[in-house]
Amino acid sequence: MPVTQATLETIALTRAEYDLICQKLNREPNEVELGLFGALWSEHCGYKHSKPLLSLFPTTGDSVQVEAGQENAGVVDIGDGLSIVFKAESHNHPSAVEPYQGAATGVGGIIRDILAMGARPIALLNSLRFGPLDDARNRFLFEGVVRGISGYGNCIGIPDVGGEVAFADAYSGNPLVNAMCIGLLRDGELMSAAASTPGSVLLTVGSATGRDGIHGASGLASRTFGGGENDAEMRPTVQVGDPFLEKVLVEACLEAAKSGHLEGLQDMGAAGLTSSAIECAERGGTGLEINVDAVPRREEGMTAYDVMLSESQERMLLIVKEGHEGHVSEIFERWDLSVSNIGTVTDDGIARIFENGKSVAAVSVETLVAAPRYRPGGSRPSYLDSLHAHPLPPEPHISIAAQLLVNMLGSPNIASRRSVYQQYDQEVQTNTLVKPGAGDAAIVRIRGTKKAIAIAIDGNGRYTYLEPYAGGAMAVSEACRNVVCAGGTPLAITDCLNFGDPTKPEVYYQLEEAIKGMSAACEALGVPVISGNVSLFNESAGEAIYPTPVVGAVGLLDDATTMLTAGFSNTGDFVLLLGEPATGLEGSEYLAHEYDQVSGQPSINLAAEVSLQKLVVALADDRLLVSAHDCADGGLAVAIAESSIISGYGFSGDVPSNDRWDAALFGESPSRIIVSCAPTDADVITRRAEALGVPAARLGTVGGNRFTIYDVLDLPLVDLIDAHTHGLNRALGMG
Amino acid sequence: MPSRFAIVVFPGTWSDVDWHHAITNVLGVDAEYVFHKQSTLAGFDAVILPGGFSYGDYLRPGAIAHLSPVMRSVIDFAAGGGPVIGSCNGFQVLCESGLLPGALMRNRSLQFRCHPQNLLVERAATPFTSLSSVGDILSIPVSHGDGNYYVDPEALALMESKGQIAFRYCDPSGAVTEDANPNGSLNNIAGITNEAGNVLGLMPHPERVVERELGGTDGLLVLHSMLESLHEHVG
Repeated sequence: MPVTQATLETIALTRAEYDLICQKLNREPNEVELGLFGALWSEHCGYKHSKPLLSLFPTTGDSVQVEAGQENAGVVDIGDGLSIVFKAESHNHPSAVEPYQGAATGVGGIIRDILAMGARPIALLNSLRFGPLDDARNRFLFEGVVRGISGYGNCIGIPDVGGEVAFADAYSGNPLVNAMCIGLLRDGELMSAAASTPGSVLLTVGSATGRDGIHGASGLASRTFGGGENDAEMRPTVQVGDPFLEKVLVEACLEAAKSGHLEGLQDMGAAGLTSSAIECAERGGTGLEINVDAVPRREEGMTAYDVMLSESQERMLLIVKEGHEGHVSEIFERWDLSVSNIGTVTDDGIARIFENGKSVAAVSVETLVAAPRYRPGGSRPSYLDSLHAHPLPPEPHISIAAQLLVNMLGSPNIASRRSVYQQYDQEVQTNTLVKPGAGDAAIVRIRGTKKAIAIAIDGNGRYTYLEPYAGGAMAVSEACRNVVCAGGTPLAITDCLNFGDPTKPEVYYQLEEAIKGMSAACEALGVPVISGNVSLFNESAGEAIYPTPVVGAVGLLDDATTMLTAGFSNTGDFVLLLGEPATGLEGSEYLAHEYDQVSGQPSINLAAEVSLQKLVVALADDRLLVSAHDCADGGLAVAIAESSIISGYGFSGDVPSNDRWDAALFGESPSRIIVSCAPTDADVITRRAEALGVPAARLGTVGGNRFTIYDVLDLPLVDLIDAHTHGLNRALGMG
Repeated sequence: MPSRFAIVVFPGTWSDVDWHHAITNVLGVDAEYVFHKQSTLAGFDAVILPGGFSYGDYLRPGAIAHLSPVMRSVIDFAAGGGPVIGSCNGFQVLCESGLLPGALMRNRSLQFRCHPQNLLVERAATPFTSLSSVGDILSIPVSHGDGNYYVDPEALALMESKGQIAFRYCDPSGAVTEDANPNGSLNNIAGITNEAGNVLGLMPHPERVVERELGGTDGLLVLHSMLESLHEHVG
């Protein structure tokens, strides 16, 4: 019987893809087999539209132990017999439908990716984007997502050490929820999600399997929203998280991983048992047999199809050495978890599913994972030229400079995030040396060594919208610059590529150019991409989000005591600008916030960025700096003000200007860092900057209780602190 | 004989490792994990019920954990005069088990709160505060969603008169104000003891502030006080 269009739509395959399956099988697939293909050939699992582009990323490096795409997360060596595992993942679509559970299960999923590597999760970060807060639905999504992250992450005892929140019209109806997890591994503890040995046993552990999340990967994560009432009907495809079970799973799985009885460990995430088991067989070059009757279920009447495609959370797949099942079972029983023997690894490369003793699917693993690849081709969006050429608003009178600075510090994109991060446990595990709000990157010490890691997550959709290539390069540069401002040397990055519908040529252009720009920055800075995910089809009512590559960067401090924070710390210290003064207002928060204008052509000089980062790392290593802060959203005036606000020290000085005054204050050209230092160190810093070709200008002096830029503005510091502290709550109508 | 601390681990406990680090690596004293299924505390001189979300806080924080086999031993240990400290979820378990009066409800804000917190020492004559003085202000962080202490008015009056309030939330000057109260607790109560004074429950996390690089060392005061009282006891 020929497959109906309705069936194909349910599993989100095209007629051409169906025909390709028939051709490869030399027959029509049955219902269960078609479900397997639907999941594995979904955008979410199969990377149909992005894989050819992802191959542009540099993925290797001296310290890289596991590269992007090889396992559930990438691994970098940090010496002393230790490695860091990390990855970021999006949960945008589920969060748009059900913000609390969508965000919570996003956190759960990324933790299990790290766990599957055999690593102890040691830190979480998140990057969030929503529509403007004057809309009730956006407030609901924002508050729900934050509560979901809080509710899930806090329960598990992994500190949430940093992140970002941004608001723009383009995310109304399609918020971005990207979560990042970092894990720590000792030599010899690395696990692989591979089923390499025929005869090994497949055990599942954790939650029973329910009907939740069926078609989550194919139906929810790989489609656009219509923007109407029907989106709410997607709610049943969002899973419900059980963070307590996840916590117990973490402890039990880490015990099992160390026991020597496991051959492999795998998260059952998107597309559930289907993708987890098939991917293990693919990595191992094996086949497998799964008996769905042995999979514990939450409800009666579930079919083989349901069991294979369920996305019930908090489930892990264990590949256990033959004959070792009893030992593994004992470990889990201590934690009151029962394991189920659901199948075995075979040697013939076929995935066989059995129900009631009968074969209900038999397809070669190789065919299942051979999702077609598309390079639909892009075309340069027509909006680019007009936005690049869009005239700036007239230069305002300088008498309103003080008021503008206060406005900017209180704007939802710049104001303090305290009301968000105080809902997250930032310090459990007692290794968080720098917490949210204090520095450009979080710093987590590595106990038993002198080392620490600096972690930042960053993106800017506006820049990428205005110039996709530059935006991609700037996202990588800024995440690494944040790590550098904490005193860390960037080791590697992970990314979430959040884009619209790639079958639209303009969106594909954005994706391709952004990836090229990111790759160029990675090459220049010497940081490989070790993991990541792609979230396409982020559209609501036909409108794509800003193309938003989000980058998580991890850096190493060989000596944690050389770490830097962003706040001024001593009266009398000098404040220096390292990097070129700003010209222009392209893509700035100032234009967006004050004039509701998104225009101009952002650009970055990667050679200058490399020199700047090299300089600041070296200065930090030699303890010549007191503070360092990236000059980013809001520009130079906002960056200096933030350094003042963090620790309550005033500032007086000049800002260099070779453009209109508002561009000097609020322009956002990249590759600039504000540092403070002891007056006696200023000359050596300037000389070392010169030697690397980095412009260095003395801006002024730390101290007092006023914030003064000579001939431009002069304010009591408390006015800035008030605006910054309460800005977000005021935008929520709670201030 | 050197002192030995027992650190009780329920499913969902997560401050256990932090306490272990504080006691063994920072204090240099012996500590061992005691799994909730264990039913004896023989050989231990002090018991710690750490923070976390035992059993996911499902039903009510501490409601399931207090039924664990180990809690019968904790009750016996406390009855014998041994020092027991429960922080965060440990405080909730102590209230559920009846070792301490009252209950901890959802924070007034209905949100989880994690931030540095000033505490006013109200009682120095306990094994947990003996190295401090009444009126001292300590900075010890909170990290909880259910820390809103409640007890009925008669019991509260009795506790106040018997000096069972160990710590109150206060502002940096030591003033016990509404603004300084992170969760809506009655009378800004942050920590209480039983009548005998050998069982302390508190919402803040002393184990998180035992090293300067982590932002403070006021938690050491609680740990050193415990250690000293054990030495006096033994000596």
